[in-house]
Amino acid sequence: MSDAPRTPPGVLRRGLRVLALAVREEPWVFAVALAGSALYGVMTVISAVVLGRVTERVVLPAFRSGQVTTGALLGGSAAIVAVAVVKATGIVFRRIGAGRMQFRLQATYRQRVTRQYLRLPLSWHQQHPTGELLSNANADVEATWWAIPPFPFAMGVLVMLAVTGVALVVTDPVLAVVGFAVFPAIGALNFGYNQRLTPLVTRAQHLRGELSTVAHESFDGALVVKTLGREAAETARFAATANELRDEMVRVGRVHGLFDPLMEALPQLGTLLVLLVGAGRIQDGTLNAGQLVQVAYLFTLLAFPVRVIGWVLGELPRAVVGYERVARVLAAGGALSYGEHPGPAHSKPTSLELAGVRFSYAQAQVLHDVSFEVAPGRTVALVGPTGSGKSTIATLLVRLVDPDDGAVRLDGVDIRHLAVGAVARQAALVPQHTFLFDDTVRGNVTLGAAVDDDDAVWAALRLAQADGFVAALPRGLDTLVGERGTTLSGGQRQRLALARALVRRPQLLVLDDATSSVDATVEAAILRGLREVALPSTVVLIAYRRSTIELADEVVFLAGGRIVGRGRHAELLAAVPAYAELVTAYDRAAAQRVQEAADRDVALGVDRDVAAGTR
Amino acid sequence: MTTIAADQPASAWRTLVRGLQLSPEFRVGLPVTLLLALVATAGRVVVPVAVQQTIDHGLRGPHGVDIGAIRAITAAAAATLLATMVAAYLMNVRLYRSTETGLAALRVRAFRHVHDLSVLHQAAERRGSLVSRVTSDVDEISQFMQWGGMMLLVSAGQVVLATVLMAYYSWQLTLLVYACFAPLMLVLRAFQRRLDRIYAIVRERVGEMLGAVAESVVGAPVIRAYGVQARTAERIDTAIERHRAAATSGQTLAAVMFSTGEVIAGLANAGVVAVGVLLGINGQLSAGRLVAFLFLVTLFVGPVQVATEVLNEAQTAVAGWRRVLAILDTPTDVPDPAVGGVARALPPGPLGVRFDHVEFSYPGGPPVLHDVDLEIAAQTRVAVVGETGSGKTTFAKLLTRLMDPSSGRVLLSGVPVDEVAFDSLRRRVVTVPQDGFLFDATVADNVRYGRPGLADDDVVLAFAELGLAEWLDGLPAGLATRVGERGESLSVGERQLVAVARAYVADPDLLVLDEATSAVDPATEVRLQRALEGLTRGRTAIAIAHRLSTAEAADEVLVMDGGRVVQRGPHAELVAAPGRYAELHASWSAQSTAR
Repeated sequence: MSDAPRTPPGVLRRGLRVLALAVREEPWVFAVALAGSALYGVMTVISAVVLGRVTERVVLPAFRSGQVTTGALLGGSAAIVAVAVVKATGIVFRRIGAGRMQFRLQATYRQRVTRQYLRLPLSWHQQHPTGELLSNANADVEATWWAIPPFPFAMGVLVMLAVTGVALVVTDPVLAVVGFAVFPAIGALNFGYNQRLTPLVTRAQHLRGELSTVAHESFDGALVVKTLGREAAETARFAATANELRDEMVRVGRVHGLFDPLMEALPQLGTLLVLLVGAGRIQDGTLNAGQLVQVAYLFTLLAFPVRVIGWVLGELPRAVVGYERVARVLAAGGALSYGEHPGPAHSKPTSLELAGVRFSYAQAQVLHDVSFEVAPGRTVALVGPTGSGKSTIATLLVRLVDPDDGAVRLDGVDIRHLAVGAVARQAALVPQHTFLFDDTVRGNVTLGAAVDDDDAVWAALRLAQADGFVAALPRGLDTLVGERGTTLSGGQRQRLALARALVRRPQLLVLDDATSSVDATVEAAILRGLREVALPSTVVLIAYRRSTIELADEVVFLAGGRIVGRGRHAELLAAVPAYAELVTAYDRAAAQRVQEAADRDVALGVDRDVAAGTR
Repeated sequence: MTTIAADQPASAWRTLVRGLQLSPEFRVGLPVTLLLALVATAGRVVVPVAVQQTIDHGLRGPHGVDIGAIRAITAAAAATLLATMVAAYLMNVRLYRSTETGLAALRVRAFRHVHDLSVLHQAAERRGSLVSRVTSDVDEISQFMQWGGMMLLVSAGQVVLATVLMAYYSWQLTLLVYACFAPLMLVLRAFQRRLDRIYAIVRERVGEMLGAVAESVVGAPVIRAYGVQARTAERIDTAIERHRAAATSGQTLAAVMFSTGEVIAGLANAGVVAVGVLLGINGQLSAGRLVAFLFLVTLFVGPVQVATEVLNEAQTAVAGWRRVLAILDTPTDVPDPAVGGVARALPPGPLGVRFDHVEFSYPGGPPVLHDVDLEIAAQTRVAVVGETGSGKTTFAKLLTRLMDPSSGRVLLSGVPVDEVAFDSLRRRVVTVPQDGFLFDATVADNVRYGRPGLADDDVVLAFAELGLAEWLDGLPAGLATRVGERGESLSVGERQLVAVARAYVADPDLLVLDEATSAVDPATEVRLQRALEGLTRGRTAIAIAHRLSTAEAADEVLVMDGGRVVQRGPHAELVAAPGRYAELHASWSAQSTAR
């Protein structure tokens, strides 16, 4: 402990503010807990007083005189039991109140945090790692209210100390001086303990988070770790943090080991002091033996509760860190603002327009001045090389994010002017990565939307070529899928996600490489189905497959976040070399290969020899 | 694929014994630590003894109050207390050191073992729970050992010491105190059983709640795209509420349970006073001893209350320990022969592949591969094609020994793959999986993951050789661009490009591409493929292909259907013959090419 770390200033103040917040949130439950705790505190002191009185009036006279009345004995015993029962009642109220307070606060804040997660825009989500958000809603909320269970107890202890002070002064002013020396000393020791411990515990907590991050990432990348044989290096990485945590905890142990016995011994030393001083007072005749027993007993009874204040103080740094993380989520602004426009009254395909749209992620501009429009009922394919901004456009179309500049319009209305829920009613996106809820097949397709009947669900599944495998599932539409349900293949999951979009009969359908995991033959059937059903919808699709592109009435060709070509597939093929290069890549590769094969046939023997020789 | 027995009902005792066996660090110096704990516990009876001595010999001595005697008594007591404090300090330091050392080792061992379990890469959804086994589960054990476990131990010592002292003072009153507390034990046991059931429900509800909360984060895009915020909120609220209700009912029961100890202590005190006085009148007890008894009863209440608190914590800790041990007790389904056995290295040079009547099925599932028996010559480029579920990915996993066959053997250049040391195998055989997972680091760091220490220039060169120089230049910070969590700052296709570069610099003799470029645009894919063709010339390359352009470029095509290899031969030959390949190819080219 050469350079003793200090608690950052203000932790105590901020911690007390968290406690005050808890009281404001749950005043009634807190009142019950506090009343119980105060009752317990008062009864603790009274139990010592009763014991002292019984000693003085019943026990010692009986020992002196060698006789006792049954009434005195029964009266003394009854008083002791009665006090214990009332004290126990106080404990019950205190503990139930504190527990309720803690769990109610946890539930309330979990609900508020998750409400924020649902309310905040996707751009906010993209800036925060998944693990961080999960721990905000769980571990951080828990940490925030971790000091709540001992909190009413600690407040009751304050009451207990006040009553003790009075009782001591009334009993004997000199012994009171001993008490007034010992209990503040325990308080000071507690404070010093927390000052020393807090930075260590905070760092240990931080290391725990780091450890979890390393484990998460390492396990997420398990396949890469395994295929490159890097398990030992990963283990070393994990071990480094684990050992740091270990060292920090050993340091915690040293501080704990120093202060814990001190705090335990202090009231005991106080009791010895009481015996010493009290004996002198008895000799003077200013104190009787019963009173001495009472004060000594009181010290013994108080030894444990006084430490509860330390527990609360000890939990405050953790509570402060937890609360600040939670508060950051709760205070996060930047939710999408909505207008009043209800959206179109009709259910016909919508027209779509992008006007001068710019968009950038943290590091780089992804879209530069993108403008195009799509007439109602038309199908447009967005085509472009990897990383050209296609998926970004998909998320803009259904307003998962807003452009930095420019506008997206549906039926001529800027989608930022549409009312809450209006965009989701008109448009459906099938994203590249499928997400299934922990729900039944039916629940995952309808998402709770009012769908006429199962026929509609089956129709959508049929269109997505998913009816076959769903029918084969053990409980059909009622089969649980998602995290804890039946495991589906990537292609099956994509088809369910497609059915989810189709069952809504959207006026705008956005498919972001939505059939990438589906087999070629199945995809062909899906696309055929979409065309034949004459979906009453404007369709924007992102695809590489030529057949998918050819399904479109028109192609918008993107490169580097700009539109570099637009028109029918055949026109672009002829007019835009980069487009031709992209979509005919396979043809050219095949053609070239045929040519090379012909060449190689000639030089076959030579080639093989050379190849063998190089290795 | 192995499954991990999550809450196998091994008894708490067996779990503890097994846990201590597996972590010898806990036992280092344990006798001394326990001895120190005993000395520290002795500190708790110092005050009652001092009170008794003071009353009997100081206050009620033959000559009235004897200050000298009292000074001697309190001085001796204070000295004893100081000694027990020193013992307590040493005990705490030793305890923290041995438990933390043991737990850190346990964590690391479990972490390593998880990486050896195939469940890790085969059941993505379980990863979260695997992480908690090396983090929070171990934290719970640590908390328990240093706080609750120690409290239990000290409390037990306290009860024993108090009992001995009480019996010394008065056996009659000792019996009385036991008569009061014994029924309490029975009542507490009954309470505890009910509490166990409630806490089991609480733990289950925690899982449900975490799942519901996770949906709001992981499903954020879908929830917004479909405007189902209200529905999701309702699901989350229900789960949170169910958890709160269960936790509250557990807490209520615990509160009642806790307070019974207080009432029993009151009864015991009253009884001690009444019986003690009667005994005193008969001359069988001194006043000091009676008062000391009342002090000793408080030493009884503490442990009882501690027990009600700590037992719940103990259960959580034992459950956590059980989960960690379950990991360590799960046999590695694909063990490294180099660990505790004799392993071979792969012969130098290009690697040939042989499948010797290989069958595979997942435990309890139908066969996924049927009698695959084939040979792939070294230095050939082979494409494996087939529909989803045809077994092509299983084929790749067996080839690289991510799994072992149910029957039959896989040989690389004549060496059974399960006899090859992982060190040799993973250096020579590298797979690029479809999911281009990247670590939260720079592009350069990700590429050199399989070859630490590779210079930036060589990484740039690798991208250039793969025909990706232009793409690299387009990144905001080039090689130093950070890819974000799981590489999510890059598009799916871009992640795959980095993953290919990563495998390429690892310089394997057998390269397996498992749909490694499925999300890359056709022009880039073709460019990449041609680059790889040149670069893999002289090595063996096996590509599991989704797009049949890969098959066209291969020396040979393996066509899989229903877990069997149904066709095999060069593309030109297969495409001309009627069969599965011709069908697949016709369907593919109808979609993807101009023909």
